Amino acid sequence: MALSDELKARIRAELPKYPEKRAVLLTALHFIQEECGGWLEADVIPEVAEILEIPPIDVKEVASFYAMFNESPIGKRHVRVCTGLSCCLRGARQLQDAFEDELNIRPGEVTEEGSFSIGSVECLGSCGSAPVVQINTRTYLENLSPADAPAILENLRREIAEDEAETA
Amino acid sequence: MEQPQLLLPEGDANYSAIADYKDHRGYEAAEATIGKTDPEEVVSVVKESGLRGRGGAGFGAGMKWSFLPKDGRRPRYIACNGDESEPGTFKDRQILERNPHKLIEGLLIAGWANTIDAAYIYLRGEYSGPYENLCRAIDEAYEAGYLGKKILGSDMDFDIYVHRGAGAYICGEETGLMESLEGRKGQPRKRPPFPAVSGLWKQPTLINNVETMAHVPVIVREGAKNFLSYGTEKSSGTTIFGISGDVMRPGAYELPFGMPLDEMINEVAGGVAPGRTIKAVIPGGTSMPVLTADQIKGLPMDHDSLQKAGSLLGTGAVIVMDDRQCMVRAALVIARFFRHESCGQCTQCREGTGWLYKLFSKIENGQGTLEDIDTVDEVANYMEGHTICGLADAASWGAGWFVRRFRDEFEAHVELKGCPFAETSFEV
Repeated sequence: MALSDELKARIRAELPKYPEKRAVLLTALHFIQEECGGWLEADVIPEVAEILEIPPIDVKEVASFYAMFNESPIGKRHVRVCTGLSCCLRGARQLQDAFEDELNIRPGEVTEEGSFSIGSVECLGSCGSAPVVQINTRTYLENLSPADAPAILENLRREIAEDEAETA
Repeated sequence: MEQPQLLLPEGDANYSAIADYKDHRGYEAAEATIGKTDPEEVVSVVKESGLRGRGGAGFGAGMKWSFLPKDGRRPRYIACNGDESEPGTFKDRQILERNPHKLIEGLLIAGWANTIDAAYIYLRGEYSGPYENLCRAIDEAYEAGYLGKKILGSDMDFDIYVHRGAGAYICGEETGLMESLEGRKGQPRKRPPFPAVSGLWKQPTLINNVETMAHVPVIVREGAKNFLSYGTEKSSGTTIFGISGDVMRPGAYELPFGMPLDEMINEVAGGVAPGRTIKAVIPGGTSMPVLTADQIKGLPMDHDSLQKAGSLLGTGAVIVMDDRQCMVRAALVIARFFRHESCGQCTQCREGTGWLYKLFSKIENGQGTLEDIDTVDEVANYMEGHTICGLADAASWGAGWFVRRFRDEFEAHVELKGCPFAETSFEV
């Protein structure tokens, strides 16, 4: 897919903040993920490289180094359960199991209709309100228990349906 | 319990709006400083206050400031470390969510004191709520004339930019942070050259943690003596302790240094659940050596006391584990973290973190031998002190000390060919 002119303009608007264009790379990849389904298709790599005037391999290696950049498709809602020690002590494993069972998928998989994917994430910095889950890159859902999983997913399903009704 | 609040608003209050911050003496220090004082004097006050870096290493902030060259080379930068990713740590987040102008004012004063042109706040990518709150506060500060050109009628131009990370613990290491900010993989650089001389884009760069900078306004406004009146002689002031794990009231608490660790856990965080006892406590994030219940009795939470006790204060992230929990599992979770977060640059770290994880998994699964337990110690020793940055040391301390302080539990796994705490412990 080609990046929209709007998205390219948004990336270019970040350039004046730094003495070198390359510094906008992480920001650019965040913007693209936000607007293009939460992951980075291979053909956006050369486009970003062109805007920042750096070799495509430099973009590729940054995309693969950082945990928040997804190089394969994720669900419309990507559920990440924190598996830091403080969350583990308060039942993170059982919480992740609850989401996996409810969705019938394992980390790295996407539900058939493309709505959900799941993964674990290293300490999110929510240890005093553990266990915690982050949906995509949103504000955290904190102080959870496995029993909360069905209601959380139900809300997200409703959101997805509303989004789809809007586009239709 | 009445506690001094140098950083955070009282109770549940939130001073994110500039009007609320100013109602509580916000920007008074900046107004009295920018364009009106000798920058060297400001550096002296920070030095005298004894303020130590709050990012984990506890290095003297004023001392760090004085390392910046005096050769007139421009531009000069601040890289403010908000990558807060040390497991158990959630203190900078409190400032970003509840008192972001404190950080902005601290950066502004540090900018004046050190003739800085721009500050980049490197914020961990997952902190989307704090990011939005901080950006909004920065916009307010520009509107109010605290940022931008000719600040407060002086000749000072100063900008603050927020730079989002993307999920890599190693970017909290100061040279990894700079690599990442410049748009590369966060692989740490060799030192020398030190950032003060050759940092961001090879220019002089000051690197301080979010909390460190947020302390600056009160120090400058109330003086070094006031700050020294809190805490201990060599660990002055307050800090935000994050208490998590098996306690009744987990949370972030701003306290002066020096409170005994057992008192902090029992009085401030409500202690462990009724009928349970404390087994182990990590005092400063999972990079720091674990302590036994005996070791924490009456142990003052300050840099020197923790070091004497055989651990380190780190980020003040206290993780409590009660008598139900399995220490092999705890070591396994920590090793898993470091294996995931090693940047892969140095062999000792890349291979060693994997070895630790595999050895702990084997022992926890009941397939370990006594030799495996010794191998953990051997691997941990190979890792420590042999790499470009401190991640290998952290993995070695954080995971390795579980074996040294709870060896009987590791041996019990070997003997039983399984986990003796399978019925009661947390799951991994």
